[in-house]
Amino acid sequence: MSLIVEGLTIDHGAIRAINNVSFKVPQGQLAAIIGANGAGKTTLLRTLSGLKDASSGSASWNGVSILGKRAEDLARSGIMHVSDGKSVIAELSVKDNLALTGLWQKDKKAVTAATNEVIELFPILGQRMSQSAGSLSGGERQMLAIGRALIARPKLLLLDEPSLGLAPLIVEQIFQTIKSFVKKMDLTVVLVEQNAMGALKIADEGIVLNLGSVVAVDSAEKLLNDPAVRSAYLGF
Amino acid sequence: MIRQFALPIWGSKMTQFITAVLTSLSSGAIYALMAIAIVLVWRSTRVINFAQAGQAVLTTYIGYTVIQRTGSFWIALVVAVLSGAVIGAVIDRFFMRPIFKRVKSGPIVMIAPVVATLGLLGIIQALIGFIWGITNQSIEAPVSTGGYKIMGTVIAFSNYNLLVLVFVAVAMLLLTLLFQKTNIGLALRASAYSPEIAKLSGIKVDSVRTLGWAIAGASGGLAGMLYIPGYFLYPNAMDLLLVLGFIAAVIGGLESLFGAVAGAMILGFAIIFSTTYISPKLFFPTAFIVLILVLLVKPSGLFAAKKSRGA
Amino acid sequence: MKKADKVRKPITTRKRLFLFVLFGWLLLILGDRVGDLELYQGSFVATYALGITSVILLTGYSGQLSLGQSALMAVGAYAGALSIFNAGWHPVIGLIMSALVAGVFGLVLGLVAARLSGPYLAGTTLALAISLPTLANQFPILGAEEGIVFDVGLPPARFGEEFSQYKWFFWISALAALIMVFFIVNLLSSRYGRTFKAVRDNPVAAQLAGINVGRLKVNAFAISSGVAGLSGGLLVMLISGVSPSAFPLSLSFSLLGAAVVTGLYSLKGVILGGLVLVAIPEIADSLVSRIGGSESFTTVLPGFIVSALLILAVVFTPNGPGHLLKKHH
Repeated sequence: MSLIVEGLTIDHGAIRAINNVSFKVPQGQLAAIIGANGAGKTTLLRTLSGLKDASSGSASWNGVSILGKRAEDLARSGIMHVSDGKSVIAELSVKDNLALTGLWQKDKKAVTAATNEVIELFPILGQRMSQSAGSLSGGERQMLAIGRALIARPKLLLLDEPSLGLAPLIVEQIFQTIKSFVKKMDLTVVLVEQNAMGALKIADEGIVLNLGSVVAVDSAEKLLNDPAVRSAYLGF
Repeated sequence: MIRQFALPIWGSKMTQFITAVLTSLSSGAIYALMAIAIVLVWRSTRVINFAQAGQAVLTTYIGYTVIQRTGSFWIALVVAVLSGAVIGAVIDRFFMRPIFKRVKSGPIVMIAPVVATLGLLGIIQALIGFIWGITNQSIEAPVSTGGYKIMGTVIAFSNYNLLVLVFVAVAMLLLTLLFQKTNIGLALRASAYSPEIAKLSGIKVDSVRTLGWAIAGASGGLAGMLYIPGYFLYPNAMDLLLVLGFIAAVIGGLESLFGAVAGAMILGFAIIFSTTYISPKLFFPTAFIVLILVLLVKPSGLFAAKKSRGA
Repeated sequence: MKKADKVRKPITTRKRLFLFVLFGWLLLILGDRVGDLELYQGSFVATYALGITSVILLTGYSGQLSLGQSALMAVGAYAGALSIFNAGWHPVIGLIMSALVAGVFGLVLGLVAARLSGPYLAGTTLALAISLPTLANQFPILGAEEGIVFDVGLPPARFGEEFSQYKWFFWISALAALIMVFFIVNLLSSRYGRTFKAVRDNPVAAQLAGINVGRLKVNAFAISSGVAGLSGGLLVMLISGVSPSAFPLSLSFSLLGAAVVTGLYSLKGVILGGLVLVAIPEIADSLVSRIGGSESFTTVLPGFIVSALLILAVVFTPNGPGHLLKKHH
């Protein structure tokens, strides 16, 4: 069970956002995709989760192609995408937000169990169950979005810039949490981040994107120590 | 059938006032049903469904035929509501969805869905003419429409008006329960607030939207059957109701069912009170002025949340 | 920028005037060769063409979808009828009043409408279209249900015995339409006119470029209403009287439908649009006589055809057939 992307090209109108990108993420690994703004990282994730169509190339999970499928079908088959920015529905309560991924699941007991696990993982959510998601802080919203995704017991988790706009302490907390449940739940994670350092620290693999093309693929450790990567993306 | 109430002696001014209030409530109730239909479709599809006027009158014609066959208003009512749901779902699935898929770019994308619903309205009304003809028909109310008699004076509020109020109140209650307490209701709300997050959560947004149209169609069906007794039934009979429902929805803010109902009540009171106390000729002008006032003063509606979302 | 100007030789105002006068002359000659029925229908074509022009100006050029054309035509019609009937003015003044009064009404309406978008505007103008004609019933001066007579008088004696009333109608309506359309085409080709297109294609960019979008929209509404008013005046001239039932909501639909079908973004198709609108009842009639049908059938068929055309046009040629001919720009 791996995520295999080959020769993927994605156009955004007249702009080629992703150009002939190939990489592989084996099961149980955490891959960080880093690069500057505009590198096409978000577009890449949106295509993998079914929100956008690719122009050419292939992407498969578990041997089955995931291109050209509807987002909701991919979500139900175990691929969860936590998008950047507005990833919670502000008008609904925390409880309702968490319930969204459980609505279509047949095993209601499993949903309840998963929900409780998520509340254990992020206790602050348990305290705010009846509040509207819009009243939560940035960090709490991110926890809510990730928690909601986890309730679906996904196999592949696509995280889009979870650290965006958050204080460093919270970012650290979230990254550690992500690292911990990758192990616990045998998840495969693709983590898109501008915060290259934090992402590479918890990742197994690293993929560097620049203007839509892959410029480097290597183990995260090697990338952290690569002088070119360090000067371009890590700031030292 | 005229009931007699033992009440203290009131002057004619009081009777007029009570009549006005009660009539406002029952008028507002019917506008509310149409407003709900409009808001439901707006929230799920971001379209003002002008064809609702056609759908509502079509289901009323179907109800009319049922009455011809069975003689029962109640059976006709049930059939009208159910067929409203079916027609609504069919229109979303086979008409709106393909249109949205087809028209994705260019300046036309803003007006295409609106124009499409207008075209659909015309087609439905023409079809009704084909099938039933265009001469006026009528549907009898199932209960008395005679006004209640209070201490010797008859007020313009009858058993039928009361029936309408009760029905609408029950419908409102059922809808609220559906939206707030059920899983389907949550799916409907989520899909309306954020289709993208709903999709990513695994909710089948397209199917949910069709359900929204079905509920809107049913609401319109109920509105039509309750509205028509006392008026003539002809292909354009619901055009006015659509406009009033639209105005009510705009007053309430297009974003919530509660707003739709509140807006409908405000509109009902405004119209009835101005026609009762100032002049009967002010029916349309009042409705129009209320609309313009709201659009100028608070375009997002009187009951919209402070953070108004883009249209 | 300069090179493009050279490649596309713009039609100067003088050339355009020449073309219009030429066209008018052709119509004149044509008018002598056809019978009264064609002249009468031709008058309607001209009238509808004007109505379609107002829709194109408002919806195609300034991007405001309005269903209120029928109401504005009614305003123009009543204004004209009142000037002639009650005030006793000359018919030409009457027609001018139709355009002016409707234009002013449109200006006021435009002030409200400019702040509305999409469905709000459509709904509001729908409300207007349904309720405005009924106002005539409320005020006795407007003649209630029967309406007021609109009389342009007989053709002047010097045209001779042969000059029928219908020819007179045709001359008046064709001339009025030509003058108005000439004015509009000129307006749209001018620098001011180009700002319309800029606003329609990208209102944000236009605003940033310094164009006062709000004022533009209001102006568009006023001018388009003036055109509609004139159209309304001509219409009641043709039916010799104005009444609330002459301007139903379906008239707005028909004009919009014809505009979409023949090209919402260009005035080139307005005559064709007028022809389509005049032809549809005829087609419906012959269809009915061929396949048979009740009286109801005959009445609803034209509406059905217009609505179907509207949907087909929106779905299959979103920019009007004209765009299919033009290459991608």
